This record gives sequence, structure tokens and C-alpha cells, in this order.
Amino acid sequence: MNDRNRKNFIILAIIVVMLALMPFFVRKDYILSVFINIFLFAYLSQSWNILGGYAGYLSLGHTVFFGIGAYTSSLLLLHLGLNPWLGMLVGAVLAGLMGLFVGFLSFRYQLRGIFFAMITLAFGVIYRVIFTNSMILGGAQGVLIPLQKPSFLTYQFGSKLSYYYVGLVMLVVILIITVLIENSKFGYNLLALKGNEGAAEALGIDTTACKMRATLLSAFLTAFAGTYYAQYLTYISPETVFNTNLSIEIVLIAIVGGMGTIFGPTLGAFLLIPVSELTRSLLGDKAMGLHVVMYGVILIVFCLLLPSGIIPSIRLSMRSRASENA
Amino acid sequence: MTLILQSLIGGLLIGGVYSLVAIGLTIIYGVLKIINFAHGEFLMLAMFAAVVGNKLFGIDPYFMAIITLPLFFVLGIVIQKFLIQPAIEKGEEHIQILLTMGLAWVLQNTILFFFGPDYRTIQLPYADYTLKFLDVYVNLPKLLACGCAALATLFIHLLFRKTRFGKAIRAAAQEPWGAYLVGINVKSIYFVSFAIGICCVSVAGFLIIPFFYTAPVVGSQFTLIAFVVVVLGGLGSFAGAFICGFLVGVVEALGGVLLPGSYQELVVFSFFVLILLFRPSGLFASR
Repeated sequence: MNDRNRKNFIILAIIVVMLALMPFFVRKDYILSVFINIFLFAYLSQSWNILGGYAGYLSLGHTVFFGIGAYTSSLLLLHLGLNPWLGMLVGAVLAGLMGLFVGFLSFRYQLRGIFFAMITLAFGVIYRVIFTNSMILGGAQGVLIPLQKPSFLTYQFGSKLSYYYVGLVMLVVILIITVLIENSKFGYNLLALKGNEGAAEALGIDTTACKMRATLLSAFLTAFAGTYYAQYLTYISPETVFNTNLSIEIVLIAIVGGMGTIFGPTLGAFLLIPVSELTRSLLGDKAMGLHVVMYGVILIVFCLLLPSGIIPSIRLSMRSRASENA
Repeated sequence: MTLILQSLIGGLLIGGVYSLVAIGLTIIYGVLKIINFAHGEFLMLAMFAAVVGNKLFGIDPYFMAIITLPLFFVLGIVIQKFLIQPAIEKGEEHIQILLTMGLAWVLQNTILFFFGPDYRTIQLPYADYTLKFLDVYVNLPKLLACGCAALATLFIHLLFRKTRFGKAIRAAAQEPWGAYLVGINVKSIYFVSFAIGICCVSVAGFLIIPFFYTAPVVGSQFTLIAFVVVVLGGLGSFAGAFICGFLVGVVEALGGVLLPGSYQELVVFSFFVLILLFRPSGLFASR
């Protein structure tokens, strides 16, 4: 294990210990539910980060993978009685295949940037329309997840606390994966092709294969969050899981924290989700759309003033201060 | 047969409006090299302007279009100056995409906040006028929308092709640095081009108001259709966007007749995916 990895794992360990101990001090359901939301969005944004942050391919359709995860496990449970943990794996495999299809469509012709963003955005809408119109898939009303005896095996728990810990474990796993990617050959390849695809190709990197792998991994991991969401809320609908705003929210969180950094998306989620929860609970239904306006303003401000996000900016200012002192 | 013919005509008429929306998008892309993800939101703003003008002051939407068009032009310039231009100077593509995305959120949800999510229509005395043509009925406002959209397109085409100003825009689009060197004020060309693009889409908003519902979400629907049209026509191609607007209108209308439910929406997108599979550079690209 090299130095860089060790430092990252130490930071990770500190975060984990703090979050694992948190419920011993605060046990209010509302606080726990805010944290569950944070974990969910941090996890989603971290998954997105593998493709969007490291490879630099701006996906605006990650709800496709999220929704496939949510619907696969839920429909399998509803119709075949399949255990949600297994359904989760099936969903992840399907989402991965879908990721490969989207990747195949785009990377074959070297489509990037704007094109990739538009294609993924369109796929998000396509999925919403398909699921809204197919009665077999639950239609516009969505799917109610059948309630079972609360236990770890059924992925249904009586208390928020259990969901809190499942969410925390998911977040930790994806953070470990991210640390491992960043300091691997695969991670370096992604960074290289993000910087200059032609140059990376000239150095002998099979960029198409790398992008495919990044998309596959990102899609596969995103689907797990879908099952988690479905089991937690016990209700899913096309309007919520295939919502275009959700896709962009995932990106916004990564942008705020810092795309292409290990802890950026998690930091972003910890900053943004409480703010949106607070505005929603303070203003309620009277202020419909107001928290999205606020999100939009945050997005615009970050794009114009701090486009690389918080973590890279802190790192930069620390480095410049260090060089001033030297 | 009449049914098919009827929907074909309907598709062509709405297609004219799609063309105009897509041309606005393609002008902005052609000159500034950015995709305006907030494009449809300006159509939505125009529709709400028409609704407010009509409900509060009893102003006819067509007249409202004429008096508010300069406002949309100014709005375009302001947005270009304070939001888009700084993002262009940053040079990162994903920043430009996300910026316009943020703009879309702000516009759509501000309207949602003030007007609520309800679908609105306005009562116009001429909304149901129809012409009978052989066996086919043609709704007059739709015909007018298509005609005006085509006229607006012609006007922009002439502006770009026949005037010195248009020549300057084309020069700035092709080679900004070179254009700058021969004395073209590229920055102001950017302002005007963005504003023209915004005017195109807002005119479309006023044109569809007699036969289309108004709601905060209507904008994103048009943004997506405009994407499909410009990708079909080849990004940045004026003629491509014009022709493919009609094509998408027809495909959508025929899909609506032949398929049940709101699968109609799906037809356009499936078409889009097919194009991406086989001709991602657009139908009219030479490649």
C-alpha cells in the first residue's frame, strides 16, 4: 500500500468511525432519515463520479441505472418472491448491460461531451416514458413493495437505524472502491483519457475499453442504490426514480464537492442534502419548486466561480500557501 | 386513410414549430459551440407571458409576441453577457452544459413557484377556426404557426446569407480567431447570436399558445425535441434543423395514430436512438 492510499484510508477510517458512532448520541428519526438521504445521494454521486469525474464523461442519465436497480429487485420480489438481495444483483447486472449499450452507442463514434450528455439525458426520458406506459412494469402508479417480516434477510427493517447502517456500509464500500481505482492503472488510464484522449490513445491505452469499463462499473454500482431506495421507501414510481432532476442532482453534488476526487461527492452530499431537507421542511408545500431554484442557483454559482469544486480548490490554496512559506 | 393524411398534415404543421425551436438551438451551437439545455424554458417563458398578457390585460398572444420580442432579445443578451460568456471563457465543456442546466432549473422552478404546476389554456375566439381542404381539416392557428415559423426561418436565412452582418456571424462561427483578426467584434456577435436563438424559441412559444397547454414543465419537453431535431439534422446545420423539424413532427404524429397511449413520445426517442446507432453525425452529414 503506497503513501497516498494510506492517507486516504486514514481519512476514510475517521469518517466511518464518526458516522458509525453518531447514532449513539443522536437517535431522532428525523435526523437519521436526513443521514440516510445523505448516504443515498453520496453513494449515487460517488458511482457517477467513476464515469463523470474520473473519465470526464458527463452522464445526465444515471437515473436509468438507478431505476433499473429499483425496479428489477422490486418487480422480482413482487411477482416471483425473489429475495431483494438477489434481486439487487440481478438489477446491477441488467444496469451494467444497459451501461454497456449506452457506451457502445456513444464510444463507437467517439461521441463525447455534449453528445454524450444529450444521449444519456434522452435515455433517462425514454425509460421514464416506457415505465409510465407499461402496465406490466407498474405503470404511472408505480410499484408498492410488499411488506415482509423485518429482518436482514428480507432487506426490510423495522427501524431507521438499520437503514442508516446499510447506507453507511454502501457508502464505505464505494469509497474504498474509489480509493483503489484512483491509485490503479485503470484510474491513471481514465485520468489520461480525460485529459487528452488522442494522446492517451497514442500512449497505447485502449481508451474505448477503459470508457466501457468505467461505464459498466458506474452503472453496476448505481443500481445497488436503486434497490436500497426501493426497500427503504417501499414505493417507487417512474416519476421519482426516472426523474431528470435526480440525474442532475447527482451531478450537482459531485460538482460542489469536486468531480474526480475521492471524497468530493460525499462532501457535496453532506453539504447539499441538509440544505435541501431544511428548506423543504421549513417552507413545505407552499414553496413548491423553491429548493430546486436554490439548487439551480448553487449550480450556476459553482460553474462560474468554483468550477472544480471545493476539495480541489482547498488543495490548490493549501499548496500555494505551502509554496509561499517555503 | 383520411386519418393518416390528417395526422400527416398535423405533424407537418407542428413540425414547422419544431424547426424554429431547433434552429434557435442550432444557431447558438453553430456560433458559440454550446448546447443550450435551457432552450425550451424560453418557450415556456413566452407561453406564460402570453397567458399573463391575455388574462390580465386581454392582449392577443400574437400582438403580445410583437411587443415582448425585444424583451426576449435583451434577456438573451443579458444571459449571454453574465452567464454564458464567462462559462465559454472557462473553456470547459461540462461547465457550459451544467450552467445552462442550472439556468433551466432556475427558470422552470421560479415559474412553478409563482404559477403552480397547473396546466393552463387561454380562450381565444379563433382557436377552433378550421379550413376544409379536400377531406382534411386544417386548424387555422396551427397553419398560422407553421407559416410564421417558416417565415421567421426564411428571415434568419436571409439575414445570415445576404447581409454583411450575417457574413460576420458566419465568419465568427467558422473561425472566431480569424474573424477577430479581420476586425469583427466576435464578442458582440456572440451576444446577438445567442439573443437571436432565444428569440426563435420564444416566437415558437407565442405561436403554439392557441392550441397547446401551458405549464412549467412544457419547456423541457421542447428542449428534448430540439435535441433530437438538431442531432438528426447534424449539429450546427441550419438546413438540417429546418428539414428534420418537419420530419420529427411527422414521425411523432404518425406514431400517435399508430401506437396507443403516450407511446407517441417514445416514437421520437426511438427514432433518435436508431439514428445514433446508424448515423450519429446526422442524416445529412457527408460522412
